[in-house]
Amino acid sequence: MLHTVNKSPFEKNALESCLSHAVEGASILLIEDGVYAALGGTSTAARMAEAAKRFKVFVLGPDLAARGMDAGRLVEGVGIVDYEGFVDLVAEHPTSQAWL
Amino acid sequence: MAAYTYNGKNIDADEEGYLLNINEWNEDLAGQIAKDEGVAMTSEHWEVVNFLREYYSEYQIAPAVRVLTKAIGKKMGADKGNNKYLYELFPYGPAKQACKIAGLPKPTGCV
Amino acid sequence: MDEMESGVVKKFMFVNRKAPYGTIYALEVLEMVLISAAFDQDVHLAFVDDGVFQLKKGQDTKALGQKNFSPTYRALDGYDIEKLYVEAESMAERGLTEADLLVPVEVLSRADMGALMNEMDVVLTA
Repeated sequence: MLHTVNKSPFEKNALESCLSHAVEGASILLIEDGVYAALGGTSTAARMAEAAKRFKVFVLGPDLAARGMDAGRLVEGVGIVDYEGFVDLVAEHPTSQAWL
Repeated sequence: MAAYTYNGKNIDADEEGYLLNINEWNEDLAGQIAKDEGVAMTSEHWEVVNFLREYYSEYQIAPAVRVLTKAIGKKMGADKGNNKYLYELFPYGPAKQACKIAGLPKPTGCV
Repeated sequence: MDEMESGVVKKFMFVNRKAPYGTIYALEVLEMVLISAAFDQDVHLAFVDDGVFQLKKGQDTKALGQKNFSPTYRALDGYDIEKLYVEAESMAERGLTEADLLVPVEVLSRADMGALMNEMDVVLTA
């Protein structure tokens, strides 16, 4: 299963709900305002670091760049993908779920 | 939707004649827009048009008229940074008319 | 505009609570602020919660195909809008410091921000 989350973790509980429903080994892609969850040094960073051990976590590069966040500030274990990588993830997983 | 023709190519503009895509602007097209506006471009006109393009490139907006007037005064002196000078160059409003010639959108904060 | 100048000056505050790009709120408030400058009111801008992300340095929207409106915050000074307040706790929760911001601001505690909001005549929040 590929999960996508597009809401800020500081504003909505979409990420929290996603993390508590996803099963071990699932892929999670953070897009749009969801990319803020990938930042280190925040009040949600520890939760994300823990999640990155149980899931494959990715963040969409163009959304990160638009918000002025550089790759050096990400939580360890989070990978960056571009639009092609997004398409590849969708193709690799038989199902996907969008946490809006 | 209005449009200009340049080198046989259609350049899209909104119903008031402001270009939809700032990247399609060039000096020849500016001359054409100015002609439609009844403005005969001189070096003084170009100075304002070029200033507007620099302002847009730095701040991503077209300035309101009083912001433009103040900024021009700061850069080029009080003899140019005043309404009389700028309205003589652009009778229908230095911000509105010069922005159109400069290929910028209609000024933000223009009410 | 001249007749407005003789009017009563009120304390206005625009409270930004949303991150840029994900929704249209940040850009809409910014445009409203620029328009409000024409009315010669005492304008204050507050950045709280995810609104602090609006002022993050280094925004680059080329790959996104959306307009990067962050440089426009630097134009506010020319519109005589100089009262920008950012909430310390909101920045800390998001791992940001004043050095991450693209314009000079006054950093206020949440308590002080609340007190400032309370002094306003008009508060618009988005």
